[in-house]
Amino acid sequence: MTRAASRRALALHLAVLALLFALQFVLPAYHHASLARILVLAAFAVGYNLLMGYTGLLSLGHAMFFAAGLYGAGLTVHHLGFGVPSGFLAGCVAAFLLALAIGAIALRTTGVFFMIVTLMFAQAGFLTALYFNEITRGDEGFVLAAAARVLDIGGQPVALSEPNLRYNLALAIFAACLLVSLVVVRSSFGRTLVAVRENEERTRLLGYNTFLYKLAALALSGAMSGAAGAAYALLFGYVGATFAAIQYSIFPLLWVLLGGVGTTLGPLIGTVLMFYLVDVSSEYTTAYMIVVGAALVLLVMWFPRGILGTVRQRWAPWLP
Amino acid sequence: MTDAKTNVNRSPRGNITRRGVVKALAAAAGAAAATGVMPGTMRYIQAQTSAPIRIGFQLHRTGIGATYGRWYERVTSAAVKLINQGGGIGGRELQIVTEDDGTDPKRGAEVVAKFATQHKVDFVFGTLFSHVVVGSSPAAAEHKMPYFVVSEGYHVASGKMNRYVFQPGITDVRAQVSSMAPWVTKNLGKKVTMIFPDYAFGHDHRDYFSAALAKQGGSIAALIPIPATETSFTKHFARIPADTEVLYHVMVGPGVLTFVKEMGEHFGSRRPQVFGFIDSLEGVDIASPGLEFLDGSYFWEAMPRYAGKDQTAFDKFYRQAVGVNDSGAAVSDPKDVSTYSHMFGCWETLYVIKAAVEKSGYKSPTAQDKKALVEAVESMTDFAESNQHPQGAKKFVGRIHQAFGHQNISKVNGKRLDVVHRTSIQDGMYEPEADYTKMPL
Repeated sequence: MTRAASRRALALHLAVLALLFALQFVLPAYHHASLARILVLAAFAVGYNLLMGYTGLLSLGHAMFFAAGLYGAGLTVHHLGFGVPSGFLAGCVAAFLLALAIGAIALRTTGVFFMIVTLMFAQAGFLTALYFNEITRGDEGFVLAAAARVLDIGGQPVALSEPNLRYNLALAIFAACLLVSLVVVRSSFGRTLVAVRENEERTRLLGYNTFLYKLAALALSGAMSGAAGAAYALLFGYVGATFAAIQYSIFPLLWVLLGGVGTTLGPLIGTVLMFYLVDVSSEYTTAYMIVVGAALVLLVMWFPRGILGTVRQRWAPWLP
Repeated sequence: MTDAKTNVNRSPRGNITRRGVVKALAAAAGAAAATGVMPGTMRYIQAQTSAPIRIGFQLHRTGIGATYGRWYERVTSAAVKLINQGGGIGGRELQIVTEDDGTDPKRGAEVVAKFATQHKVDFVFGTLFSHVVVGSSPAAAEHKMPYFVVSEGYHVASGKMNRYVFQPGITDVRAQVSSMAPWVTKNLGKKVTMIFPDYAFGHDHRDYFSAALAKQGGSIAALIPIPATETSFTKHFARIPADTEVLYHVMVGPGVLTFVKEMGEHFGSRRPQVFGFIDSLEGVDIASPGLEFLDGSYFWEAMPRYAGKDQTAFDKFYRQAVGVNDSGAAVSDPKDVSTYSHMFGCWETLYVIKAAVEKSGYKSPTAQDKKALVEAVESMTDFAESNQHPQGAKKFVGRIHQAFGHQNISKVNGKRLDVVHRTSIQDGMYEPEADYTKMPL
């Protein structure tokens, strides 16, 4: 990437973040609240994309990392009386450590086997959440008390359910994940990940310890997913095993495929589009998932690399 | 009756012009008003000029709750039709705005927010599955949205929801299982083995039935949790102690038919007494192949699926209004079996909302009017058995936002269920563990 292209990419990302910041002042209440939720989920997708898009590892178990963050924050706040910052940190650390542990085992496999192993671990995580029902309330889940979801800002307690605070916190978490992703992609570490994706044997032959690179990518991806999970628990006040179930491993895959695999902004576009596809089409038909499916098929036909992937291929090769 | 399609204005097509459509509509409306074609509309106009009451219906139209959702929607439509024929709520037409939550807690919360901020409804109602209720309740509190659930979970009565969440139309699982214990120990046996799904719903049964059983001098022979992903149950039946007098089962989901079939194969003709919750077979025909083993066993029912000798005039009225025959199936399709022990909750909840609106003088979704409505519901104490409450009389405990009612125990006789015992309301009541009324509004 030339210096000019690099500057253009950075400017684009900052402009997107500025646009997201500005949107809060003009969006109607429903879309304001929806976008806050979308930004948290988009952070999850950014984490997923780091592994799938740049390292070439297709995980079918990322719900476990999102859930690790969700429960790491939710349980510590609910049962141990942690505050919001320490609860959030607990969620991130839980997901990071889980990703390291899972990676140490699962990364001994590749391709389809990696998908199956991550799927199995995620299912084990889901069943664990159900099994320890006394603590987690299993499938039913639990609500984080409003009194526990309060952030101290300049000596003033402000509820996380306050729409503007929630929006900006969601944006901050998304922005952090996006910028970390951008920095990683543009670094030598990121280029090595791409090399692993393209030809792992050759990368190893060049002297790189590809296992460590993949492990680092998985740990970072897991930590981002966990940050999104922790943010979800704290900002929206609900913790439940549904978020550890298989569909929450499939969703980030779809968001990333839709937006553009291996593009830093693709996960955001995919998450936004998928949310509104479901939101609008479900008003008109019970078969809204067929509508979503048809839209995905059409997108694959016209934008085979996802929206931003195709844009990059045809018109803007400088897109990271 | 339901109106989820908010975008009803379409672009003119072909040679139909917008001006032409407006003229035609105006002429049609004038003619209709003049000839009395719209008596319903005219009645609301005469009664009160204010806008309709709009209730957001959080419906499990898709996902695991779709079978229940289909019947919840039919019952809601029937109740709304009747309420509007009777003059609406406080003279205002009742409109339902439906959104599918996919039986998913994340989508549920989004739907509640959408009702509050986009559809701008007055209240939200109709949620069944516990995880969707729990997941949606923070959104209800944030938007100060009165949220009437029809879920039967203990979550509302536990005090873990918030001031805006009510369950006035159906009893909760703790009350249900507690009221079963006296009859079970007296008539079936005192040594009980419980088989239950190994998640929150099953654990509620385990905990509250065990406690109620102990109070009656009974004992648990064994507790057998079944993992959520189990598809074969034979190995679990081997864990049932030989001295078990009563087998208590409460399996739900797609594995139920396999569960019953394998239970029959395990026990053969020498089985203990079997007692279950109809939740296992809601929407399923008792005469389905594979369920023969259940003949002679007993079930809890909130509302008897089969019209029996003790059928009330209220049940007859309700059954006819919602289009259900004497066997609990759709009149239009006898193979379409209803969720009779749950769906009445939608009917009764709508009438509680109607009573609360009229009692509180609620006019619009302002903070003041919502406060008055919440307090009006909390001040309610009794619902008499009537066409509005066809399942039976109920007591409402405002402190925990929960209704208590009668329960039924039915025996499988051949290919139908017959009620053998009806509990008193008192049998299911327990000391409240919370007080929502002390929470700020």
